[in-house]
Amino acid sequence: MHVFADPTNFDAYLSGFIWILKLTGASAVFALTLGVLLAAMRVSPVPVLRGFGTVWVNIFRNTPLTLVVFFCFFGLYSTLGLTLSDDLDLNNFWLGVIGLSVYTASFVCEALRSGVNTVPAGQAEAARAIGLSFAQTLRIVVLPQATRSVIAPLGSILIALCKNATIVGTIGLMESSNVMKQLINDNGDAVIMIFLVFAGTFAAFLIPTGYAFGWLANRLAVKR
Amino acid sequence: MRMKRIAAVAAVAALAVTMTACGGDEGGSTGSSGAKGIVGKAESQKKLVIGVKADQPGLGLQTGSQYEGFDIEIGKIIAKGLGVDANNIEWKTTVSNNREPFIQQGTVDLVVATYTINDERKQKVNFAGPYFIAGQDLLVKADSTITGPEGLEGKKVCSASGSTPAKRIQSDYPKAKLQQFDAYSKCLPLLANGQVDAVTTDDIILAGYAAQSQFAGKFKVVGKTFSTEPYGIGLKKDDKDGCEKVNEILKAAAADGTYKAAWDTSLGKSGKAAPELDTTKLTNCSSV
Repeated sequence: MHVFADPTNFDAYLSGFIWILKLTGASAVFALTLGVLLAAMRVSPVPVLRGFGTVWVNIFRNTPLTLVVFFCFFGLYSTLGLTLSDDLDLNNFWLGVIGLSVYTASFVCEALRSGVNTVPAGQAEAARAIGLSFAQTLRIVVLPQATRSVIAPLGSILIALCKNATIVGTIGLMESSNVMKQLINDNGDAVIMIFLVFAGTFAAFLIPTGYAFGWLANRLAVKR
Repeated sequence: MRMKRIAAVAAVAALAVTMTACGGDEGGSTGSSGAKGIVGKAESQKKLVIGVKADQPGLGLQTGSQYEGFDIEIGKIIAKGLGVDANNIEWKTTVSNNREPFIQQGTVDLVVATYTINDERKQKVNFAGPYFIAGQDLLVKADSTITGPEGLEGKKVCSASGSTPAKRIQSDYPKAKLQQFDAYSKCLPLLANGQVDAVTTDDIILAGYAAQSQFAGKFKVVGKTFSTEPYGIGLKKDDKDGCEKVNEILKAAAADGTYKAAWDTSLGKSGKAAPELDTTKLTNCSSV
């Protein structure tokens, strides 16, 4: 454990994982919000909105995340000059959040849409019959039931998001994978140990997360 | 049945790995005991294998099957001095991590690849030169007002993550804002777009980037170095004659202008004037 006994290395390790948690948290909020909006668009009766949702999902779901994040940095920031913060780390962080959010939102959208399909058509018909608008039907009747049936896949998306957050290291943020690379560079004799500690930390976050979502899915599922 | 087959494949793979490892060591010892050094090889075979970098513009850059740059020109000068025609040089791509093994195993006869002379490396190989004294420097936009590392306070500086130059900025100039990437090449578009104020690594490497055609005239190397990296020519540890011969060739090249010509056709394009080759600083080949 000599590598992590050095306080500088330990601080780097800790701050790497704090960046990962921040990236995951912020991106999860944006991805969920965007994903719900996109899912609403894709099941709406308005062709323009349906088209927009379809294009979004097909573009971002089928583009490698590395390219999306690179575009945020080298396209939005470097070429177009979109600066989100004067602090370099924060700037990279928010550019990363944009990339992770637009990418993950497409998966959230598709998960929710599959949930909508589990809600019996009669529910929507009944809602319309008592005079609710489309938006009300979706908000009060369909989406709550749809969401409860896709808790488990949303958990998988969150877990994937947390691991995907390491991609932001390629645009210069010193998150965990970047810290790991640097530690390995400096301590060529402890490669396996460093690797195991970083992989183990991810597993320590994510295995309980998986179980929590499984438990939630059981609790909240609509019994039909 | 299936498990057995997988186990067999794994065993063969493991064996292959260990065998190559052993082969490497043996190659090193047998190669050095039987060799007459590069002088002998150049005389009898009229051929040389020179290890160079392939990814550093201005120094050692491979385009197609062609290599070009300052290190390549130095390699040609040495080959000529040893009586080997430039067409009979076999260029071999090396990266920082395989230079010592390549020399020890005889994969290459010489290494001219931005190879900093230091004590740790002297344990394994012999160095002729230095043919250039590099130092950490800053690359800035042509109209920048930054004149040295002291001017970096509050400025954005780009370097490769985990590299010595990046660490030196962090420890010696902590008020600079450091942006780190896995490769220097990612820093250059940022500098061109004004998103960072400077890029830092060895001056000679920066000069190479500045000389690239797509950036011509846009950047300048500040020219105030704040570290010392003497670039040497690596040879086998026991090849004292070869080392002395290479130093003689370098001395002659400094005197008759071929050294300056080598600079002018490669890194000279960055606008940096040819350095003086200080022949009094050449290594004492016997001291290892």
